[in-house]
Amino acid sequence: MLSPLVLGWFALFWGAYGITPIMVFKVMFNAVTPFFDLEGNIPEKFIIIDIRLPRIILAGLVGSALSGAGVALQGVFRNPLVDPFILGISGGAAFGCALSVGFFPFIPIPILAFFFGIIAVILTYTVAKTQGEISRLPLVLSGVVISAFFTAMVSMVKFLVDPHKLQSIVFWLMGSFSLSDWRSVKIGGAGIIAGLLPLFLMRWRLNSISMGEEEAKTLGINVRREQMIFIGSSSLATSVAVSVSGIIGWVGLMVPHLVRMIVGPDHKDLVPLSMAGGAAFMIFTDTIARSLTDFDIPVGIITAIIGAPFFVGLMKKGGKESWGR
Amino acid sequence: MLEVKELYFRHQRAKDMILKGIKFQIDAGQITTILGPNGSGKTTLFKCIAGLWNFQKGEVLYKKQNITRLSYAQRAKIFAVVPQDHEPPFPYSVFDVVLMGRTSYVGVFSSPGKNDYEKAEEALSLVGIEHLKHIPYTKISGGERQLTLIARALAQSAPVMLLDEPTSHLDFRNQVVVLRKVKEITRERGLRVMMTLHDPNLAMLFSDEVVVINGGSVVCTGSPEVVITEDTMKKVYGIEVSLIPWKGTRVVCPRIEG
Repeated sequence: MLSPLVLGWFALFWGAYGITPIMVFKVMFNAVTPFFDLEGNIPEKFIIIDIRLPRIILAGLVGSALSGAGVALQGVFRNPLVDPFILGISGGAAFGCALSVGFFPFIPIPILAFFFGIIAVILTYTVAKTQGEISRLPLVLSGVVISAFFTAMVSMVKFLVDPHKLQSIVFWLMGSFSLSDWRSVKIGGAGIIAGLLPLFLMRWRLNSISMGEEEAKTLGINVRREQMIFIGSSSLATSVAVSVSGIIGWVGLMVPHLVRMIVGPDHKDLVPLSMAGGAAFMIFTDTIARSLTDFDIPVGIITAIIGAPFFVGLMKKGGKESWGR
Repeated sequence: MLEVKELYFRHQRAKDMILKGIKFQIDAGQITTILGPNGSGKTTLFKCIAGLWNFQKGEVLYKKQNITRLSYAQRAKIFAVVPQDHEPPFPYSVFDVVLMGRTSYVGVFSSPGKNDYEKAEEALSLVGIEHLKHIPYTKISGGERQLTLIARALAQSAPVMLLDEPTSHLDFRNQVVVLRKVKEITRERGLRVMMTLHDPNLAMLFSDEVVVINGGSVVCTGSPEVVITEDTMKKVYGIEVSLIPWKGTRVVCPRIEG
């Protein structure tokens, strides 16, 4: 549970501008009370407080949003192969963001992102649903179709928008934390926590819900209503994450799997640990992304490079177990 | 007492009724078996009583209380349903599965408490599968799975237990093991049990009452010895059988010559 804090601490003094752990400690301490005698506005202070800290916090928030949404969606859809990206939520949210940046600057980005994110997941669900139950493969396929559709819509926006805005859309779509500041931490934090809270509180019920619609009903669950809460909250957390950091795929798939391998499938532990694990994973990959080369590589590229082979491995290893009927 | 009164059901947009005025009742400490051929409406009846499908006409009453208007959580406190063979997507431990029986008692925003854990433990030991507690549900045998689901139904602390073809995927030994357990628990706990079965011999051995249905209507009700006769079997299943008396009960044996 504490791994994000530990990793976040290391991430503070790891970067293009070398800062010693002691200096980090001093600066952090001084932010609370002016205890150490640091001269004026030293660059370390600026780098730590205004650049690295918000970036690390945001990476942690986004990581826990994607991973928490991933684990909840896997439970609700009874499908270990889905995450917010595969179900098209990220794609829909990206379209909402692009629309807001390009044409409707007066509508806040997260609101349009949420609107289209939830439309995307509803479409995926409706396309996949034939005769009651949803089987695994059709759900993944319909997510791919809906994602492709929204990717095309984003391209349309890119094509029509004026070139100055185009650049920021393109860069942001790759998924990066390089533009993090305290403002995005506030917006992202509020939205993501609002989305993750219901998932966290209702997590144990995912056990029963994942047994299937009819069985969950006989166990005493109002399945329709709770599915809506889980899907809605997951979409909210994802959309807000997309609106502050662009499309970062695969985290919601990989982290829950790794955590499930370690602690087992009981959602009572799985959900909070996935959230914490997602935060740690994201802080870690983002730190790598920004210090691997002299450039600040968008972290979305890194997660996709790790994620695609992970998905393939999962398919091969799981065989019937992951694809099911 | 559980009463099923004049149940009528048809699928949306379908013309024909699948259930045509089914009625029967179940008393405490009794096992009632619904017997009937494929397509007789057995499963439909089961789903209607379990509250999964909405019937057009009729009532299901428990202690004079109409259960059709109850919420899922309220209904789960009266009816514990043991589903047929299934494969959950995640390898929950046997204990996790049994604990799910407590869903209707645990608040929406909380997790099971001490009392819920105790109830689940108690159910495990009542069914006699404590040794499976930490084993993944996906790794145990079909018979053990059925017993786990029965333990989950017990953890649900409901006075009525509904079992949907509890023997359909089991081998010869496990059919007997599971049904013996059901009978034992029914007596011990004073439950009202309703189950659907395919095999008239098992119905003969393990039920107090048999309701034979065919074509969506009740053909006859009563104790197994009274109901399971050469005539009814011929009428319902369309095959000739002989009933061979054996140690106070009778064995249903299909005639295969000619």
